Amino acid sequence: MKWIVLALIVLAVLWVIWAYNLLVSLRNRIQNGWKQIDVQLKRRHDLIPNLVEAVKGYMKYEQDTLQKVIDARSKAVSSSGVKATAEAENLLTQSLGRIFALMENYPELKANENVLRLQEELTTTENQIAFARQYYNDLVMQFNIRQEIFPASLIAQFFNFKPGEFFSVPETEKATPRVDLSLPR
Amino acid sequence: MAGDLQGREPQDFAKRQARNRRESAGIVLLFILFFLAVGLSVDYLYLDAFTPSGPPFAIATVVSLILATGITLTSYYQGSELILRSLGAEGLDLQLPEHRELHNVVTEMALASGCPMPKIYVIFDPAPNAFATGRDEQNASVCVTTGLLMLLNREETQGVIAHELAHVRDDDILLMTLVSILLGGIALLSDWAQRSFNVSRSRQGAGGKSALLVIPALLLILFSPLISRLLAMAVSRQREYLADATAVEYTRNPLGLAKALERIRDAAMPFQLASRGTAHLFFVNPLRRSVDDREGRLADLLSTHPPVARRIMLLYQMAGLPGGSRDKGLKS
Repeated sequence: MKWIVLALIVLAVLWVIWAYNLLVSLRNRIQNGWKQIDVQLKRRHDLIPNLVEAVKGYMKYEQDTLQKVIDARSKAVSSSGVKATAEAENLLTQSLGRIFALMENYPELKANENVLRLQEELTTTENQIAFARQYYNDLVMQFNIRQEIFPASLIAQFFNFKPGEFFSVPETEKATPRVDLSLPR
Repeated sequence: MAGDLQGREPQDFAKRQARNRRESAGIVLLFILFFLAVGLSVDYLYLDAFTPSGPPFAIATVVSLILATGITLTSYYQGSELILRSLGAEGLDLQLPEHRELHNVVTEMALASGCPMPKIYVIFDPAPNAFATGRDEQNASVCVTTGLLMLLNREETQGVIAHELAHVRDDDILLMTLVSILLGGIALLSDWAQRSFNVSRSRQGAGGKSALLVIPALLLILFSPLISRLLAMAVSRQREYLADATAVEYTRNPLGLAKALERIRDAAMPFQLASRGTAHLFFVNPLRRSVDDREGRLADLLSTHPPVARRIMLLYQMAGLPGGSRDKGLKS
């Protein structure tokens, strides 16, 4: 009888260690995932001025849009924290998408190798942000589920683990875009 | 769709990795046993090792065991390089726009899968195909042909690369690389055994040894190609379906991969450099035999790749489109 109790205690302790370690490793992977996103975001911030500079000469009638991208960029650069960053970056993604769409109207841009190169770089950066975000969110979901499921939830509570924050797609991105048909001045 | 794919990922993926490592160990064991058997029978049949008049120890057995160990170690540490070199793969030239795009796509998929960045190679060949090799995540290589880069657009290339990284993530690459090299080893050995068998028969006539022991040697010689075939088959079919599913998990875009498969199927071009030993590595079967387009137990037993049509159908089902009308869905 004594041995059974002892064995149970040992098993319980082992399980606590295992559950705790799993949570810690997930938390570290989440931090790492966030860093990956951060690297890509920074790369995008560096690329955008180059692109704007390269297309400015061609897109004379889109100065407004270009200015919006520049503004969105500087806002994104100065933001901090998962939620604020996500919002600012999503705004930037939107305005950048508009530039890409407008670029279709300028055949000369398609012939410019420098612009093409920048466009490919920005496309891959966009994709990398999306995929890094997807991976990050998957990890956060795993982490949060682990914390909520009984009995691992006891461990999470005891050691004071906080649920991870999703890098979310905001409502504005889901809403229909407003179309502006006024003539450019 | 994405939701339930995410849900099943962590446990399943660890299980698949564990199974692949187990099977890799099994294949190595089988390979060494095979060499042991060959060595023993050569000793017994040709060198009289187990009689007082023979050599002091079983030379052929020892030699073949050393050989087997050497080949196993080589294929573990150098396997991917040997394969890449034998197929004429070259590193990327980042000055070329297509290569830069490939590099970017691989980076994207590495992020999506959580793998470290693999090495990237291209083969200058018009046949569209791709494969991954290596021993683990840290030492993985992804290789595509220039034909694939020409044929597919960005989205489709992404699907193919995701498929290859799924192989990397599940540790399929270790198993497949080992099989490739060890297969080559067995093929080599069976050739050699056949030759020495012929020579010795012409030299001393058929009656030198007891017929009972000639039979196992003969069987070994006869069956070694079959063994190699069986090994390749054990490796591939189910894994291709799994890698397709995992690729979709990474890209969240079943249509990209489906369209890539359709284009490659329509381009129908055999890949000259691939051999029986490396065929199972590839994204689609480079050798193109008719049995690969069929389903059923016999096809399962004889083919390294699942039928492309079925792969496409499954991908369309994942996208929530009717699986049967695969050609209508493509053109729209």
